[in-house]
Amino acid sequence: MVERQSPLELELRTGSHGDFEHGIEVILSETRPGSILQLAAWPGQEKALIAGIRTVTGLALPDGAGAGSTDGVRSVFGFAPGKFTVVDEAEGLASAFANVVTPDIGTVTDLSHGRTAIRIAGPKAEWVLAKFFAIDFALPAFPVDAGRSTMHHDVFAQIQRTGTDQFDIYVFRSFARSFWKALCHASEEVGYEVQ
Amino acid sequence: MLITCPYCGPRDVIEFTYQGDGNRERPQPASQDLDAWNAYVYDRLNPAGDHNEIWQHSGSCRAHLRVVRNTLTHEISSVAFTRGDHKVAARHKAEGKS
Repeated sequence: MVERQSPLELELRTGSHGDFEHGIEVILSETRPGSILQLAAWPGQEKALIAGIRTVTGLALPDGAGAGSTDGVRSVFGFAPGKFTVVDEAEGLASAFANVVTPDIGTVTDLSHGRTAIRIAGPKAEWVLAKFFAIDFALPAFPVDAGRSTMHHDVFAQIQRTGTDQFDIYVFRSFARSFWKALCHASEEVGYEVQ
Repeated sequence: MLITCPYCGPRDVIEFTYQGDGNRERPQPASQDLDAWNAYVYDRLNPAGDHNEIWQHSGSCRAHLRVVRNTLTHEISSVAFTRGDHKVAARHKAEGKS
């Protein structure tokens, strides 16, 4: 496969930044997954789609709006009724789904080149994200593995909590650099490291 | 103003797009009933109180929602998916209800 170029390349400066003398409280990185898919079920086919996700990824989706699951390599979460984002570190996930999610169950849309995945981790990750998004990031309201879709200045963003103090954010590739710069500015006050 | 999306939970109104009056009934596309089309396009209840509205959660799950909002207080008294409305309409039609 051709090496994929990151839209963050010009702005991704590894190392410590901002007020890091007082400690680094946020770590920013680009996770660069090989596959990012959007799956959608036709009305009434939601359970068949969830079973298909389990067949392909081995991830069991719990019940409930915005529920998700991850094993560190593959991740899935619901972001809308009957719609799910599925992510894999490896490429080729769309073709794996092609025979499982048949046209009578739903649709598979390959967004691997259309989204950029940014990870924010650390004790102040909640604090920094709360400045961006008008949603509740507290652990009881936004449990580990769960997903949320929301927006920042009209830029659509999907967020999955992949740890108690770690979030993976999926933004449009074309807005990723601007979002990244904003995220860096917002992280300056707490001290951040780019990996 | 917060709207509690049945899927996403309470969200700021900035995430939502107003899609119009929820009381309108669109005539069949082939209908030549000009009074019905006129009512669909122009007639509004304009109540000072609870108002049926259609909103889309465009900044998140993109679901269309049937919302009852008080036009005096902005209090939202009910939110439901519009998904399934057409099934209800079809059932009413089959049962001879309006």
